Amino acid sequence: MDRFVFLTVDGLSRGAVYAAFALALVLIWRAARVVNFAQGAMAVAAAYVAYTVSTATGSYWLGFVVAIVAGLLLGALVDRVVMRHVDHASPLNPVIVALGLVLLIQAVLGMVYGSEFRPAEAPFSRSALTVGGVAVLSPYDLFVFATIGVVVSGLAWMFARTPVGLRMRAAAFAPEVSRLLGVNVGGMLTLGWALASGVGALAAMLVLPTELGLHPHAMDLVFVSAFTAAVVGGLDSPPGAVVGGLAVGLLLSYVSGYAGSDLTPLAVLVLLLAVLLVRPGGLFAPVAARRV
Amino acid sequence: MSATRAALPPKEQLDDPGGRPVDRRRGSTLLRHLAVVLAAGLLLVAVSYSVEPFRNFQLATVAAYLCATAGLTVLTGLNGQLSLGHGALMATGAYTVALCQTAFADRGMTGGWLLPLSLGAAIVSTVAVGAVVGVAAARLRGPYLAGVTLAVAVVVPALAVTFDGVFNGEQGLSVPVEPPPLSLGPYFPYERWQLWVTGAATLLALLLLANLIRSRYGRTFRAVRDDEVAARLAGIHVARTQVLAFVVSAATAGLGGALLAVLAQSVSPGAFSLTLSLFLLMAVVIGGLGRLTGALWGAVLLVALPDLTHSVTEMLTLSPAVAQRLEGNLPLAIFGLTLIVVMIAAPGGVQGLLSRLGRSLLARRPTRRS
Repeated sequence: MDRFVFLTVDGLSRGAVYAAFALALVLIWRAARVVNFAQGAMAVAAAYVAYTVSTATGSYWLGFVVAIVAGLLLGALVDRVVMRHVDHASPLNPVIVALGLVLLIQAVLGMVYGSEFRPAEAPFSRSALTVGGVAVLSPYDLFVFATIGVVVSGLAWMFARTPVGLRMRAAAFAPEVSRLLGVNVGGMLTLGWALASGVGALAAMLVLPTELGLHPHAMDLVFVSAFTAAVVGGLDSPPGAVVGGLAVGLLLSYVSGYAGSDLTPLAVLVLLLAVLLVRPGGLFAPVAARRV
Repeated sequence: MSATRAALPPKEQLDDPGGRPVDRRRGSTLLRHLAVVLAAGLLLVAVSYSVEPFRNFQLATVAAYLCATAGLTVLTGLNGQLSLGHGALMATGAYTVALCQTAFADRGMTGGWLLPLSLGAAIVSTVAVGAVVGVAAARLRGPYLAGVTLAVAVVVPALAVTFDGVFNGEQGLSVPVEPPPLSLGPYFPYERWQLWVTGAATLLALLLLANLIRSRYGRTFRAVRDDEVAARLAGIHVARTQVLAFVVSAATAGLGGALLAVLAQSVSPGAFSLTLSLFLLMAVVIGGLGRLTGALWGAVLLVALPDLTHSVTEMLTLSPAVAQRLEGNLPLAIFGLTLIVVMIAAPGGVQGLLSRLGRSLLARRPTRRS
């Protein structure tokens, strides 16, 4: 029972990070109809910037803020310099370009920082507090839950209640009409990329201390898990991404706790295939008409 | 795009009323391809005698990559399915060949027919894996398909570590390969033998692929790529066609991986990482999607570019640490950058540029084909 409680809390903590990362994927998908396969590499790049700042100044929090700012800038840059110029006629093209970005970013990081693992420090202790003799939550888990909670509710508030959020939704839903009504559609798209990339960088900062550390390929498996989470929830649904992220986190935690951590990648693949074969639109998708 | 689509139907009608070409001038497609393959084979033998052993080995590596890139070209360029999992399929072929060759060596079996048998087994096992992935892939589109195949590419190499009783974990397996047959003489260079073996296997695979592309099946592949609804209305079973394309592509990828394993005489999960899958995709995109010649350019690039950056970093005087970082990553950076630039500026790839150049040179002469 102790073990079950521990694995559940651990799974929810990982799941919160996957949820944030999946949310970043969903943001770009809704705005631009592109699955950003370079999300993981971009987030790692932001985390490396944070690492440089933190080691130079000795302050974790300065690095944390710099990572998010770097993520925002990188997202805007990728949209303005690369993605805007890709021919979106075939859905393959943006995917291929994003994969080119993955190669490029990982190679540049490898050239600058080398390919050894760098330690990623955690701002709070990761040893669990005990409640009534049962190890439950570590301060770091609490920090993760609080941060992700703030980000998710902040985004929800922004999209639902603010003029900017309304314009972003309008630009994604009906670009031509929005343009006629005076919405800066291109600017909204760039803002969407920046936001998504910033959230991705935040997720990387939160997940890296719980993994082996900083490495150009550190987010590969996290990306696959987050993609699975986004697909489980349906690529079009932000609440679905959050639920999907928590579900994937729990599943991975149980698999690695009860069956061995070697099997977690396989569990991700099986879950992804199962969801796509049974319910390709995700669990939260509306009923869609059959295409062929 | 619209120009080729508009130009195709009349030729197809003329070509193929009953599954056989009636255009007498062109003769049999099979014979034409056979002639090209024979010429390429003779050229390869001549080249293998005239260059040093290391170049022979590099050419053999190009041939092995060409198998995989040609298969990916058929899948992505002709059938419109994106696969990021071909590195994993190559790993399947490579591990099968390693297990077969080890089993043969353990039982003390020798003979020239063992290697083809192992390669055949590699193809069969990859076809089985490809069929499973292909059935799933046939139901998926665009980014979903890319995501699933990406997961395959990340997960399959990890399986080698999970089941390390069979696959020996990160260490990998060695592939015992017999020396060249004595009938070729006692001092026959090993690298030349490697080039012959991989070259022969690759040319055979290319011959089959080229014929497939020109056949009824090739046309259904393209029809499904261009418009699924129209293909369905024309009586083509879309899902079955997509699975078939995936299986064919998987078989060649498996052969390519098996040949790489035979060349390196070892397999390990590190050789078949996600980066390899991205490399293959990059190679077919840069070479030119949908053309077998594009696959050739891609395969040449895959071998030549790392070699080139190696010699560049050797020329510059750098500290060993910096040189080591550059050497591993500079080719990757160049590949990634080229991929982005090619996708934005020249979606036809190298072969597209070449044929555009050729067309503009020959613009005044009446063209024989198309």
